[in-house]
This record gives sequence, C-alpha cells and structure tokens, in this order.
Amino acid sequence: MRSFRGTPPHPRVRSSFSLRDLVDEALAGVAARPARLALTTLGTVLGVAALVATVGLAQTAGGQIAGRFDAVTMTEVVVAPRDPGATPGGNRGESTSTAPAALLPWDAEARLGRLAGVVASGTYSRLNVGADRVRTVPVVDPSGAAEQTMPVAAASPGLLSTLDGEVVTGRFFDEGHDRRADPVAVLGAHAAERLDINRIDVQPTVFIGDRPFTVIGIIDGVNRRTELLDSVVIPNGTAAALYDLTGPDEVRIRTALGAAQQVGAQAPLALAPNAPEGMEARVPPSPAHVKADVASDVNALFLLLGGVALVVGALGIANVTLLSVLERVGEIGLRRSLGATRRHVAAQFLTESVTIGFLGGMVGAAVGVLLTVGVSIARDWTPVLDLRLAGGAPLLGAVIGLIAGTYPAWKASAVQPIAALRSGT
Amino acid sequence: MNGPDRSSHLPPVVELNGVGRSFPGPPEVHAVSGVDLVIEAGEYLSIVGPSGSGKSTLLHLLGLLDVPTTGTYHLDGADTSAMGEAERAAWRGRKIGFVFQSFHLLAHRTVLENVALAMVYTGVPRRERGDRARAALERVGLGHRIEFSPSTLSGGERQRVAIARALVSGPSLLLADEPTGNLDSVTAGSILDLFDSLHDQGLTLAVVTHDDAVSRRAQRRVRTVDGRVHELEVEAA
Repeated sequence: MRSFRGTPPHPRVRSSFSLRDLVDEALAGVAARPARLALTTLGTVLGVAALVATVGLAQTAGGQIAGRFDAVTMTEVVVAPRDPGATPGGNRGESTSTAPAALLPWDAEARLGRLAGVVASGTYSRLNVGADRVRTVPVVDPSGAAEQTMPVAAASPGLLSTLDGEVVTGRFFDEGHDRRADPVAVLGAHAAERLDINRIDVQPTVFIGDRPFTVIGIIDGVNRRTELLDSVVIPNGTAAALYDLTGPDEVRIRTALGAAQQVGAQAPLALAPNAPEGMEARVPPSPAHVKADVASDVNALFLLLGGVALVVGALGIANVTLLSVLERVGEIGLRRSLGATRRHVAAQFLTESVTIGFLGGMVGAAVGVLLTVGVSIARDWTPVLDLRLAGGAPLLGAVIGLIAGTYPAWKASAVQPIAALRSGT
Repeated sequence: MNGPDRSSHLPPVVELNGVGRSFPGPPEVHAVSGVDLVIEAGEYLSIVGPSGSGKSTLLHLLGLLDVPTTGTYHLDGADTSAMGEAERAAWRGRKIGFVFQSFHLLAHRTVLENVALAMVYTGVPRRERGDRARAALERVGLGHRIEFSPSTLSGGERQRVAIARALVSGPSLLLADEPTGNLDSVTAGSILDLFDSLHDQGLTLAVVTHDDAVSRRAQRRVRTVDGRVHELEVEAA
C-alpha cells in the first residue's frame, strides 16, 4: 500500500487556479440557478436593449432621411455668381471690364459636361421684360382676355433634363435655336393653360410685348424651379440678342449619387478658371451631417432611459451576487479548506458577475437588434446598425458586471473559513 | 533537514510546541494555551472535550485555518507559523484533507465533480483529475455513484463522498470534525469502519468529536480541558 506521507517540504508551494478552472467554476456557479440568473440579467438586458435599439433606430432613421434627400437634393448643385446684382451690362461674347469673375459663361453646359459625376446641367435666367405682357394675338385687345402677365425665362437646352422635366407636346429648343437666336419659345404647362394653348402642331405664336415667338413645345414635371411651369422659356441666345442678357443667372447641375460634394468643389473652377472665387456653389449637406443631426436630437431621452436601466441592472447584479455570497458561505469555506486563497475566491465571484453582465449584454444586444429590425419592417425602412454597437454591447454588460461584482467579491474573499465550515450549510 | 537516512527519521506529521491562541478582548480569551502535541505518521488520534474547551480552536490550528499567537506548528516538518496566508492555503490544500459534520458538498455538481474540486487548487492537471477522483470514490465504496447528484444520496453516502474528496489530494493528515454528527448510529458505524480501514492502509487521522463512542475507535485519545490537552489512557476494546 502506498504511503500517505507527503514528502518533506523543501520547495515553497503555491495554490494554483488556472484560467480554465476559474472559468469552469464561475460558469458552474452561474448556471447552478438558471431562474435567478434570468432575473438577475433582466436589468442589464433592458438597459443594453434600450441603448442598442435607440442608437440603431437613430442610425436607421438617419439613413432614411438621408436616403430621401438623396433622390433630389443630394444630387443637386447650383452655381451662381457671388453678387449677381453688381454685374454691369454687356453684350454676349464681350468681356465685361469691371467684374469678369461674376459672370457665368454661356457654354457652362459644355464646360460642366467634362466633369466626372455631372449627369446633366443647364442654365437658368429670369428675364426682365419690363411692362411687356404675353399675348396670343398681335393687337392689344382692350378686353384683355388673352393678355397675361407672366415671367419670361431664358434657359440652355440641358435645363429640362437637369430638372427632370418632360415635354408634354412638341419639343424643347436645342443648340441650333440657341446659336441662331431663333424667336422660339417653350411654355410651361401652367402658362400654356393660361394662354389657352394646348397643341403646337398649328404653330401658335405668343407675343411678349410686340415681339412674336413661335411656340415649339410645352413642358411639365420639373422638380426644381417650378416657376418654369408658369413661364415662357426662350433660348439663351435669343434672350441675349433681344433682351441684352449678359450671362446666365445660375447653373443647375444634377450629379451622380454621392458626387455632389466633389462637383460642388470643382464646378467654380471649370466655369471661371481665372477667378473661381467669384462663383458660389451651393451643395447639399453631406450625408454624415444629416445623420449626426438626427442622432443627436432624437435620442437623448432614450439614451438616458437606457443609462438608468443599466444602473438598475448593475445594482441588481450587485444585490444578487451579494446575496449569493451570503448563501454560499459554506462553499467559500470549503474552497478555502481545499487550498483556495482569498484572491481565488474573489476572482471566482468577480468572474461570475462579469459572466452575468456579459450574458445580459448579449441578450440585450439581440433584443435591441430585433427591435430595430422590427420597427424598420413596420415602417418599411432599411435597418442600419453599426456592427461595433452590436459587438460592443456584451462588453458593456461585462464591464457593468465587473463594477457590480467588485464589492460582493471582496465580501466573499473576507469570509472566515472557520465560521463558514461550522455554519452547517 | 533529515539527512541521508530520512526513512528512519521521518518527521512527525504534526508537531505542536507550546502553541497558544488567544482572541483579543476585552476580556482577552485564551482559547488554547501551551499545547504540545505530536502526531506521528500512521497514527489515529481522537480529540474529545466539552464545548468551550478549545477543541474547535485546536482543530482550526491543526487545519491551518487559524494561526497560533504563540508557539510553533510544524506540519510534515515545515514550520507553518512562518508561512504567509497564500502559502498556508496551498499547504492546506495539499497536506490536509477535511471532513466536516455537514459534508459541504456542492448540490449542483455530480459526485465526481465534487471530488475533483479538491484538485482544482492544488495544481493537478485536468486530465488526471477524473481518474484520481474515480479511484478515491472506489476507495470509499462509491464507485457506482459517480454521476449521481449529492441530493439523491443518503447521509452516509454523502459523507463518503466528502471523505473521497479529502483523500483525493493524498493528504498527510485527514482532519475530521464531528464526522458522524449528522448520521444515525448504523451509518456512523460504517463511516468509522471506513476510517479504521484507511488507518490500516497507513493514513494519519485526527478526529475531533464530543462523542465517546466515536473517540473510542481511535488508537490514541486526547482530551481538551480549559485550553490544554491531556492524553487519555486507551481502554482495552
């Protein structure tokens, strides 16, 4: 039979408690009471779920708003001279002596067409026609029935497609009309209605003041500059010849999705290479700004609620872990008698509370993600969620468990094994 | 320390020299004072005494759960009085097997896991633990209860699990505190029979009890009175 004598004690011995053993013991301790575990994690679950859902819904909503802007606003750039009122008069093709930088070139469309990201562009100018009225008959009709005051605009051929407009009947003018300064006009749908013109195959004529223009088309459906629908629109060249237009008021550009910022930065240089600072490009706010704005003001309250729930969750973990320490005094004494140091006991209880917090964080993250997806489905949104948030939530739970478990772990390590072993539990 | 012929000069398992333990008052209580006690390897000792006689304090001192305020305690030849808290814990885990009146089994672990728990803190590699726990359970006659939960076992079986747990680390001293206090007389008898057979196998045992019938089973008996230890004559069985 082998001897039970230990060898004489030459080397110093140390208690060991490997990480794997620590995790095993902690998990066994946590898993011993599943119902209590579920209740303990509830606060953390609610808190983390509230935080994840709040941030997730904010990101989703931010993505939605930005997406809606994307359709029109996010692809729209408008370039105009910085101070158009100060531009002195001048004729087409001549350089103006005092402020050449403050004048858009007539060939803006061609210049912008060379920029990457530009889908379409066109110029727009409001013409000053003085007291001239628009009529469909050449004589002044005292009854004034067919005589209207309506705006007259000059445009380049590309403006219609830039504004996503459509030709209801006839056609829009082209470069030829522009170059030859033909007396042609296109009517906006409302203007045509007011002038009682609904077909162009009879080649109707409108008079602006005494000047006749042949109507070649009627347009509708523009999504910007909707006053065009109330206007008589003539080519730039015609406007320059007849009304001394010196340059377009503004250039409107439709860009590819996401290119607006870049085009906005390049367009002034393309339009006025010698003095780009004289041009002002209005670009849509960048998507990042839109999201940040939404996230900041929608959610302060929910984040606060989530924070409160987390504090409650931490108190819950602390409370239950402390109770568990009192209940398991016998187990603590036993472990001490089996060679565990105070540090080992503290480490085990701390690991247990971290595990509880981690589990709560995981369940909470899952609930939060489900909430975000559920609301998104109900609202027909595209759920957007930062993966780091879903991954970080369990860690947040673990940190909460760590904080909550510190005091109970210290209490556990202070248990006197003598009293514990005699307690009979 | 033992020289070349250590086999003939094995140090005693326990050697108490003028050990005292007092608790600061007021009034200061001398629970144990001036105790000289030697337990040789292979001895089966029982410690009896009325409550308040210092019996429990002596148990805690022997089990390294408490530190003497005066005197020295050599366990397997090593001076435990000079050890720090952590080293004493390690020494306790390796050298002393505890058996408690109320068993102290973990209710949510199997019998095997309860026994293996004793090897968690003593550096036994994980892969060896299962086999060693099984062997210890065989020794106490519970080889057929390995995967049972302690709650399904009888009191006597539970105490056998606790004894297996105490044996599994190969301790120098088995320290039992009222091991039969929660058991009926028949079951208690079988536990004491187990102690006898372990003693026959060479194990050193110290049993603390207030029960004369239990203490009579020991080869050597001491009595604590007012914090001091007196040897008792062993009666013929």
